[in-house]
Amino acid sequence: MSDVYIMGVDMIKFGRFPEKTVPQLGAQAALMALDDAGLKIQDMEALYCGNLGQASGMVGQRVLQEIGQTGIAVVNVANACATGATAFREAWMSVKAGVYDVVLAVGVEQMGKGLLGGAGGKTGIPKEGLLGSGTMPSVFAEAGMEHTRNHGTTFEQFAKVSVKNHHHSTLNPKAMYQIETPLETVMNAEMISYPNTKLMCSVNVDGSAAAVLVSEKKAKELGMSRAVKVRASVLTSDPYTDRDLVMPDVNAVTRKAAAQAYEMAGVGPEDVNLVELHDCFATAEILHYENLGLCADGEAGRMIDEDEVALGGRVPVNVSGGLLSKGHPLGATGIANIYEVSTHLRGEADKRQVEGARIGLTHVIGLGSACGIHILEKVA
Amino acid sequence: MSEQSAPLPVVPHLKGAGTDDPYLEGHKCSDCGSIFLGVRENCSNCGARGKMEAIRLSNKGKLYSYSIVHRSFPGIEVPYVSAIVDLDGGGTVKGNLINVEPKPESIPFDMPVDVVFDDALGRKDGDGNSYISYFFQPAA
Ligand SMILES: [Zn+2]
Repeated sequence: MSDVYIMGVDMIKFGRFPEKTVPQLGAQAALMALDDAGLKIQDMEALYCGNLGQASGMVGQRVLQEIGQTGIAVVNVANACATGATAFREAWMSVKAGVYDVVLAVGVEQMGKGLLGGAGGKTGIPKEGLLGSGTMPSVFAEAGMEHTRNHGTTFEQFAKVSVKNHHHSTLNPKAMYQIETPLETVMNAEMISYPNTKLMCSVNVDGSAAAVLVSEKKAKELGMSRAVKVRASVLTSDPYTDRDLVMPDVNAVTRKAAAQAYEMAGVGPEDVNLVELHDCFATAEILHYENLGLCADGEAGRMIDEDEVALGGRVPVNVSGGLLSKGHPLGATGIANIYEVSTHLRGEADKRQVEGARIGLTHVIGLGSACGIHILEKVA
Repeated sequence: MSEQSAPLPVVPHLKGAGTDDPYLEGHKCSDCGSIFLGVRENCSNCGARGKMEAIRLSNKGKLYSYSIVHRSFPGIEVPYVSAIVDLDGGGTVKGNLINVEPKPESIPFDMPVDVVFDDALGRKDGDGNSYISYFFQPAA
């Protein structure tokens, strides 16, 4: 089977664009990725389009209505916050299988403001605040408090994740925010669901990202100088765990995906030079240091305390600013993470460049649950 | 509107609403022992078909994890404690932890709790029916 390469990848600056439609936002990133690859929409053999908010709205076809209706296969994908990564993976699979040589993957989302989750059923009475809380900040607070229970992780350690990621975003012009948030500011921000304050919750933004994936044959034809090799592409759903149906388990689903991804890539966590992981809340990031094997179980608090995961550290995590500060347009996030890692592997990340990066990992979680992991490698 | 004879259960797995013996019902897989809330045909742990047996869940348990909710949807009173409780003998349930100060230092992990049943905070459905709900509180 052919190796698969990323030849073009880009994202729009995340923000709020109520004047644009979802297909228009998707089209913007699609054209940027095509330009990055030096290709045209006429060169694409298929489009894999990830979007959540209009999952039944044929967004992929409407993207083509904006940039060129060439009659190619379009697959519309929805998989919660793993939507973008799932679209990318479907594109990867089609090339890996030898069906196509050149395909396009797009992730796009337009978000409202405010709390996600917890809306509850349509019959009876509202359950929020009666049978606990189903809001996303609460669900991830409870997942974080499980780590506190097991390893003594503190509110301050969770808060340091936000300090780090907000700092990183000051170096990323495509992030929604470029604002330093010192520890006191994070800890004293409005408490949403303890231990997550407002500055420890990801930002709801509009955004899009896209990638052009090609076969090895096509990559050689186009030139390998900026190509990025996809060493592993993995998708898992949540395996049964005892509390899973009451308390979504983002750990087991990630560990399962990580084990498969490292095996597929033939590398270990010690070989990874940078990681973009699913920091939908500050509490979540801490869990994934261990889930991805970046440290031993129980070491995550120490990792954040000792700056091992900051730019310049042993394995920088979320140098883009992460979902916490770059922003989290659900369907676009998985491809935006791939853009970030690819940019470092190409040596084009400017002020936030992770020096000498050769291998990077991206991770997303869709609650409910799905986990997508990609391991990417510098070629030239 | 007809007169409501007894309060309705907040969830179908709350049994005995309106009696003096309400309880939570689980469904246990007789092949692997996994316990679920609510009626189901098949086991999502081992895949066994038609092996579910209704069981009465304990009204005692231990606090596994929690969050203290300070912001929720409009009209929902905050702060409150959203708690995950492992029931003695099996089964995990999520609900409000009441009669405790909503501060981390007042909420130790593994704190023994009782499951108690009461009116659903005055919430009524569109037909004016009242509901009975379950809550956790520090064990007596
Ligand atoms: Zn079973």
